[in-house]
Amino acid sequence: MIFEIFLYVLLLTTSIVLYRVVRGPSVFDRIIGINAIGTKTIIIIVLISYVFQRPSFLDIALLYAILNFIGSVVVSVYLERGGVTE
Amino acid sequence: MIEPKMIIVTLFLAGGSFFLITGSLGVVRFPDTYSRMHAAGKCDTLGLSLMLIGLIVYQGLDLVSVKLAMIILFVFFTGPVAVNAIIRAALNTGHKMWTVEGWKEWKKEREMSR
Repeated sequence: MIFEIFLYVLLLTTSIVLYRVVRGPSVFDRIIGINAIGTKTIIIIVLISYVFQRPSFLDIALLYAILNFIGSVVVSVYLERGGVTE
Repeated sequence: MIEPKMIIVTLFLAGGSFFLITGSLGVVRFPDTYSRMHAAGKCDTLGLSLMLIGLIVYQGLDLVSVKLAMIILFVFFTGPVAVNAIIRAALNTGHKMWTVEGWKEWKKEREMSR
């Protein structure tokens, strides 16, 4: 029961950051917002695995952490050099 | 009857969600891209670490808690690295910083246009 309360708190936090993703003046603000939302999504998936009693959701959370990191780095390298490959 | 373990778990979860809410307010309210990155890069890592440490205390020593520790370790290394890569891209493409003089000029222009 206590995990569901913190699940709703995290959903509120995600909707706060979503304002910066929609209204951000530059593209870097949007990437920062998406990176922050991805970090919160990891905790949401872990809490969902405790609410529904499914321990195999933790693998999905670890996979989402890796995808979040690779996505942020690839998009920043693309914006810096104008292309991902050399 | 409230177990003493659940009090510790709730304290860890509340502390982590406090840092996450503070980071989100910083991302929304700070005036500059770089200061927003400063808010997002630190508070998210600390909040995720605190909340997952609380879940490790709830779980006890298990295979599941080892997986949670691996998530903490991975995010602890890669979260600031990702934010640092975005900051380097913003610096190298010539994104402007927030200064007091620029803010005063913006304020003056806004009063002139009224």
